[in-house]
Amino acid sequence: MSQADSAASSAAPIQVPAWLRGWLVPLALVAIWDLLTRFKLVNPLLLARPSAVLASFKEQLAHGDLLPQLAASLERDLAGFAIGALAGLALGSVMGLSRLADRLVGPTFHAAKQVAIFAWIPLISVWFGIGEPAKVVFIALSAFYPVVVNTFEGIRSVGREHIEVARVFRFTPLQVFRKVVLPGALPSIFAGLHLGLIYSWLGTLGAEYLLAAGPGIGNLMIEGRESFQMAKVLLGVLIAGGVGYGLNALATKLEANLLRWRVRSA
Amino acid sequence: MSTSAVIDIQHVNKQFKVKNEVLPVLEDLTLTIQPGEFLAIVGASGCGKSTLLRLLVGLDREYQGEIKIGGSVVTGTSLDRGIVFQEHRLFPWLTLEQNVGLGLQNSTWSEDKKKKAVKDHIELVGLTGFESAFPHQLSGGMAQRAAIARGLVNQPNILLLDEPFGALDALTRTRLQQELQNIWQREKITMVLVTHDVDEAVFLGDRVIVMQPRPGRIKKTFTVDVPHPRDRSNPALKVLTDEVRAQILEGSGHN
Repeated sequence: MSQADSAASSAAPIQVPAWLRGWLVPLALVAIWDLLTRFKLVNPLLLARPSAVLASFKEQLAHGDLLPQLAASLERDLAGFAIGALAGLALGSVMGLSRLADRLVGPTFHAAKQVAIFAWIPLISVWFGIGEPAKVVFIALSAFYPVVVNTFEGIRSVGREHIEVARVFRFTPLQVFRKVVLPGALPSIFAGLHLGLIYSWLGTLGAEYLLAAGPGIGNLMIEGRESFQMAKVLLGVLIAGGVGYGLNALATKLEANLLRWRVRSA
Repeated sequence: MSTSAVIDIQHVNKQFKVKNEVLPVLEDLTLTIQPGEFLAIVGASGCGKSTLLRLLVGLDREYQGEIKIGGSVVTGTSLDRGIVFQEHRLFPWLTLEQNVGLGLQNSTWSEDKKKKAVKDHIELVGLTGFESAFPHQLSGGMAQRAAIARGLVNQPNILLLDEPFGALDALTRTRLQQELQNIWQREKITMVLVTHDVDEAVFLGDRVIVMQPRPGRIKKTFTVDVPHPRDRSNPALKVLTDEVRAQILEGSGHN
């Protein structure tokens, strides 16, 4: 039976337009999800139907406070990201440019990096409470690590051969930094910022869920869980995924635009 | 353009320290290069010829002896001396035009003059039309031409060339040697070419210096008494090429 199925599907290759290919798996997942819930193969109280999630989305949009919650999440995400990324750029640059700074700060940084990010939550909640500052600190910390590591590695990877060209043309140290080190390190720095952006959104949800106070998508999910509205919880999951996907796509596009000089391998 | 910048190398010694061992690279090198001369230095790898260029350009200052250019001791790099490396070393994030312009970053010229110099030198190396191309879009030969334009753009008195065509295919290499000869004749500057290609050295050089390795020292100097522009098929060049090659191979274990 299953053999016959697979033979039938492979015998009739269907040309799928490129734009649709990325949608195939999500659509299939929704279809399976719908079938499982439609025919009560899983308890609908534990897994709400897609239509129920859609209804919840419409209701939240019309009468609930979905947009303010989303805005609150995005706002603290970007605030945390900005702080973490700036601090990360600063520390990564200093460590990359100065061997002394690397030797002084490096071991501490690499040890601190090994502490799982959520292990900081107890400390943060003691120091900053569970309000907005605590969340922003946590998100900043999420963005901080990848930005430091990639900035550092980017600066260290700048080739001696290019520095020598700059020396031949008598560049000042500042010119060497601005015209050689920075552009040479930029691909790696962007990779770090990109990761930082993704991690800070993950951190945002984590912060909202674990430091539960104030509006946000995490709050929406907590509400859903506490009132046992699975549709609302799932809506939160889908929004979290969608926003993450959007941020990632935006960063990819920006990177491609700003680093046009790079050799395209694909 | 030509000034009286004689390059005067007196008893230069240079060592590399590898772990705790001292490796002599250059031994008692004495050499005078006249303004406007085209000097070619050939030798097997390890004879210190590239090291000598690094000393001349001022990238390496750890040596004993004295190197004077135009009467003053070399203490570092100078805009009076350009260099073309074996790899083009263009900045991948800059366009060809911007790369050539790097040589004028710290020039005191007016913006108009800089612009014109960049344009003229791109034209000189035959790359007009590729101004906004990025290095990865250029062929090896084109990138090396761009590197030559970058080395010449601020009109140095001396251009040092460190195996500039070593990584190119034979056809491109031949063409660029021809172009380099033309450029040298037009610009009337001193050129010091380091190469392991004997044909190239004899075709381009007014003098050809053969160096021998471990430690690097001058083995023999040949004068190429054939006026520029030269014809590759000139029998005098052929004879000399054989002599130079024999000199390099002699005592190197190939004979």
